[in-house]
Amino acid sequence: MNPRELRKQFPILDQQVNGHPLVYLDNAASSQKPRRVIDAIVRYYEQDNANVHRGVHTLASRATDAYEGARAKVARFLNAASEREIVFTRGTTTALNIVARSYARAVLREGDEIVLTPMEHHANLIPWQQAAKATGAVLRYIPMQPDGTIRLSDVEATLTDRTKIVSVTHVSNVLGVVNPVKEIAALAHKRGAVMVVDGAQSAPHMKVDVRDLDCDFYAFSGHKMCGPTGIGALYGKLELLDRMEPVEYGGEMIEHVDYYDATWKESPWRFEGGTPIIAGAVGLAAAIDFLTEIGMEAIDRHSAELARYAYDRLSGIEGVTLYGPRERTGLVTFNLEGVHPHDVATVLDTEGVAIRAGHHCCQPLMRKLEVTATARASFYLYNTEEDVERLAAALIKAKEFFGHAIG
Amino acid sequence: MQLDELYRRVIMDHYKNPRNRGTMDEDSVTVNLNNPTCGDRIQLQLQVENGVVKLAKYTGEGCSISMSSASMMTDAVRGKTLDEALGLAEKFSAMMQGQPVEFEEYEDLEALAGVSKFPARIKCATLAWNALRKGIEAGRQG
Repeated sequence: MNPRELRKQFPILDQQVNGHPLVYLDNAASSQKPRRVIDAIVRYYEQDNANVHRGVHTLASRATDAYEGARAKVARFLNAASEREIVFTRGTTTALNIVARSYARAVLREGDEIVLTPMEHHANLIPWQQAAKATGAVLRYIPMQPDGTIRLSDVEATLTDRTKIVSVTHVSNVLGVVNPVKEIAALAHKRGAVMVVDGAQSAPHMKVDVRDLDCDFYAFSGHKMCGPTGIGALYGKLELLDRMEPVEYGGEMIEHVDYYDATWKESPWRFEGGTPIIAGAVGLAAAIDFLTEIGMEAIDRHSAELARYAYDRLSGIEGVTLYGPRERTGLVTFNLEGVHPHDVATVLDTEGVAIRAGHHCCQPLMRKLEVTATARASFYLYNTEEDVERLAAALIKAKEFFGHAIG
Repeated sequence: MQLDELYRRVIMDHYKNPRNRGTMDEDSVTVNLNNPTCGDRIQLQLQVENGVVKLAKYTGEGCSISMSSASMMTDAVRGKTLDEALGLAEKFSAMMQGQPVEFEEYEDLEALAGVSKFPARIKCATLAWNALRKGIEAGRQG
């Protein structure tokens, strides 16, 4: 895998920002798109666009084949047992909301427990808060070590026979840690709970095998893995999905309708009411082809190596505090002493280096880290050690600028 | 885009040596406001007597732009009637939209004019002023 060569396939990266060649380090928020993904979407609209499923004409068949073909591709990408286990959604947030609205509310009784970690993204937290409020279930948290890791003994100690749902992020979007979701799933199953995995930060970076993890649900977003915005998927074990009620009602998802009642299609179509994001699915399929050709194992190695390289490089700058353990993937989260992360991000932007500053949709975790905000640089397959050097140089510039301005 | 256009010396001075930072014991209107997109937060207290802002104090957490803006705002509105304070807030909004504005009453505020060229940071500068608007509204009712 050659990041420099791969980078050339991303038109957007070939530009100057504020007089400097762009270094894009906000990939955990959204990745950029290679030419072939953009082309696939354009080609779909120029040649094949029509509504899916019920059309008799040729374009409708082509659009349906493209859409359902994309589903099959996602199923293979995650090693799901069947295409019917893949529900297309708007992204991770919608996918997790489907589980929290449909599965959780049907299963949870008063006093049942939903188990999370303190590092969950708001998307894997608020849906469970609401499900708990609606059903009388309670939220419990697996304690986190000071370095941001989770110990299996703590998982074991947190789960009880009242635990019905365990929902954990695979990779933290703040700490970069990879949680042992396979082992947590086994512990959850021992208690009779289902395991939900927030895969927003793992699907882009590593080989995910839902059958090996033995998770019951897995959610991810296309736009963080070279695909377009507006498309993602929920993987769910078929026996669970088939028992779940739809969360949206309308066209496309019905089997039979009369004036007073209706019945639903089987999964996954019962969860896809209305015209779906067909072009998005086409773009996601192209992104999966792109990633698979590079090889998820190679991308995984690159993301982990670059994250550790950045961790070591930034550790060497006086005044920089890093959050989370050295063993990590995809990103570094940090603060520069005496300078607010927004100010850091603005200085870096004037140097052409794009990072994120804020709470990263993890307000409870920020409080645990005793900060209100942090800066985050996140990497992808087109980033290089030179990009990290540009980041480090810009950080030193920020430090000098503010040291001078407020020192 | 020049950093010096944004981070003017006056701004850095207010950031480093904040005016009116703290809380007051006197009867006052208290407003809490945060910026959910970035986590910045401010608590503003206005002591209003006979329609005049006797004293404004703030506490909070945020970047140099949001905190220096709060420092300047609390200084600028002291001794102003609620209408005059609201007038300053209007003028500040206009400045954030890039309109040429002069603050004869409190020239330090003009240092924040450069923020209008950094669209992502405008909400930082306006946080304290949004708190002021709420405080004025509450001050009128009370």
